[in-house]
Amino acid sequence: MFPAMQDILEIEGLTKTYDGGFTALNGVDLTIRKGEIFALLGPNGAGKTTLIGAVCGLVQPSSGTIRAFGEDMGRHWRTLRRRIGLVPQELATDMFETVLHTVNYSRGLFGLAPDAARVEQILRTLSLWDKREESLSALSGGMKRRVLIAKALAHDPELLFLDEPTAGVDVELRRDMWTHIAALREQGTTIILTTHYIEEAEEMADRVGIIQKGRIRMVEETRAMMARLGRTEAVFTLAAPISAIPEGLSGHSLSLAEDGGALVYRGGDGTGQGKSEVAALTKALIAHKVDYTAIDIRESNLEEIFVNLLENQSDTGEGA
Amino acid sequence: MSLFNARSAWTIYKHELARALRTALQSIIAPLLSTMLYFVVFGAAIGGRMESGLEGVDYGAFIVPGLLMLTLLSESTANGAFGIYMPRFTGAIYELLSAPVGFAETLVGFVGAAATKSLVLAAIIVGTARFFVDYTIVHPVLVLCFVLLVSASFSLFGFILGIWAKSFEQVGMVPSLFVMPLTFLGGTFYSINLLPEPWRSVALFNPMVYLVNGLRWCFYGQADFPVIVSLLMALGFLALCIAIIARIFATGWRLRS
Ligand SMILES: Nc1ncnc2c1ncn2[C@@H]1O[C@H](COP(=O)(O)OP(=O)(O)OP(=O)(O)O)[C@@H](O)[C@H]1O
Ligand SMILES: [Mg+2]
Repeated sequence: MFPAMQDILEIEGLTKTYDGGFTALNGVDLTIRKGEIFALLGPNGAGKTTLIGAVCGLVQPSSGTIRAFGEDMGRHWRTLRRRIGLVPQELATDMFETVLHTVNYSRGLFGLAPDAARVEQILRTLSLWDKREESLSALSGGMKRRVLIAKALAHDPELLFLDEPTAGVDVELRRDMWTHIAALREQGTTIILTTHYIEEAEEMADRVGIIQKGRIRMVEETRAMMARLGRTEAVFTLAAPISAIPEGLSGHSLSLAEDGGALVYRGGDGTGQGKSEVAALTKALIAHKVDYTAIDIRESNLEEIFVNLLENQSDTGEGA
Repeated sequence: MSLFNARSAWTIYKHELARALRTALQSIIAPLLSTMLYFVVFGAAIGGRMESGLEGVDYGAFIVPGLLMLTLLSESTANGAFGIYMPRFTGAIYELLSAPVGFAETLVGFVGAAATKSLVLAAIIVGTARFFVDYTIVHPVLVLCFVLLVSASFSLFGFILGIWAKSFEQVGMVPSLFVMPLTFLGGTFYSINLLPEPWRSVALFNPMVYLVNGLRWCFYGQADFPVIVSLLMALGFLALCIAIIARIFATGWRLRS
């Protein structure tokens, strides 16, 4: 852990009510630390894209303040926006331009002098160099998305928003994308991403934030969240059904399956404590002469945690 | 705090001109061809039998400024409109909105490029017209200034149109349904003074009359109205468009949701 991490983005009381009267963001407070990868998770329509849009100038906030790099976005946008990059959720580009042209354009638009070497480097990293003279209309969806990423990287932003960067990207390429994102973080770029693939957040994010109905439900370090809410589950298929859990095993958070054919362990905290308890349990079962034919052990992942959280909270504090 | 990102504006300007070059056929050749057809039909063919109403200016020469204005107004409006409507339509506007560009950079970039295209077109038309009719420009510098003023104003007007429009139809509608006919009726082919009443008085409500006459005065030193009236009308329109665009940017109307 870095002892004194600087805050690169501070959002306070951000509310957005669209023209139709729908409140997509409802008093959002969120602080992003310099150098981290932050994953914003939430169901469809939760307000993720709206939140990103409000920071990047696409959405006019109804109220609240946004500070980036310690300065007010509303007042200093001309200088601050040069340091912020955005990869939008929708594949939106002028389809008649070539890859190289559109990336150079992005760099100039953000006020930087042309730099052929830097642009080449970006295109090579994203495996687009061979396609540089192709017009965008001739590229596949996954390639177009990478072009949007190249465009966003063209001005070397310090703060990068990736709105569903891996939507519609194949498995191999998604792994690739993770590597790119990790490399960017190595270079010091702060990254805020949204995704519906929870394992992506689990894999990459230092912290995750959960947004639902325009409110931030929870912000926590990914590891700490896994540890706090993570569970180990082990199912012992028994050689012969039993009618009750033996006396001596009562301290092991066990439950008996309905037909008495399996013992189920649930416990631990996502840090590995559960696994060692299962190991201890295997010996205890033998000692108590409970024979078993199979052990199925698994860790609950962020996805389950996420689903549980949303289910538990959806009936409290309804957002507008 | 910086007030203007020159490189951003320059990038937009170059990008827009490149787009025009890609569609050169549509943005230069088509309007040039239609203007030339007017010269052939009204200037060379019928013109010999018509009176211009201006002293020492024959009919073929008389219609040059009017035709130039006709092309300039519709082309500037269309260029200004499509420049901003296209990215709105494709969604590519997200980048513009997230970039360090505001009112000033956008105007210089988009409207500057639209006006540049109009100027190039004007130069080509004025040059080519010589093949069909004989004329001498009395105030060449004023012609340049007036063309510049009108191109800029109508590019701005087109820009507003491109932000207002919700469909391609609406973008195309205004130039062909309002700008073109009003200019056509605004004294392109005749002096307003030749109209019988009440049509002459009605024509005075058509703002294009003053623009056409202003350019005609710059060409030949004579027109239906004093040139100052035309100049004030054009400047007033320019100021109005700038004010509207400033307001659009301040409120984010049709740009930011
Ligand atoms: N321009 C708009 N006008 C009116 N309502 C809008 C507009 N844009 C978004 N909304 C509404 O705001 C809510 C939040 O939308 P947003 O796009 O921020 O969700 P999201 O979390 O990004 O969802 P997804 O995961 O599907 O991308 C939705 O209910 C949506 O219908
Ligand atoms: Mg979204």
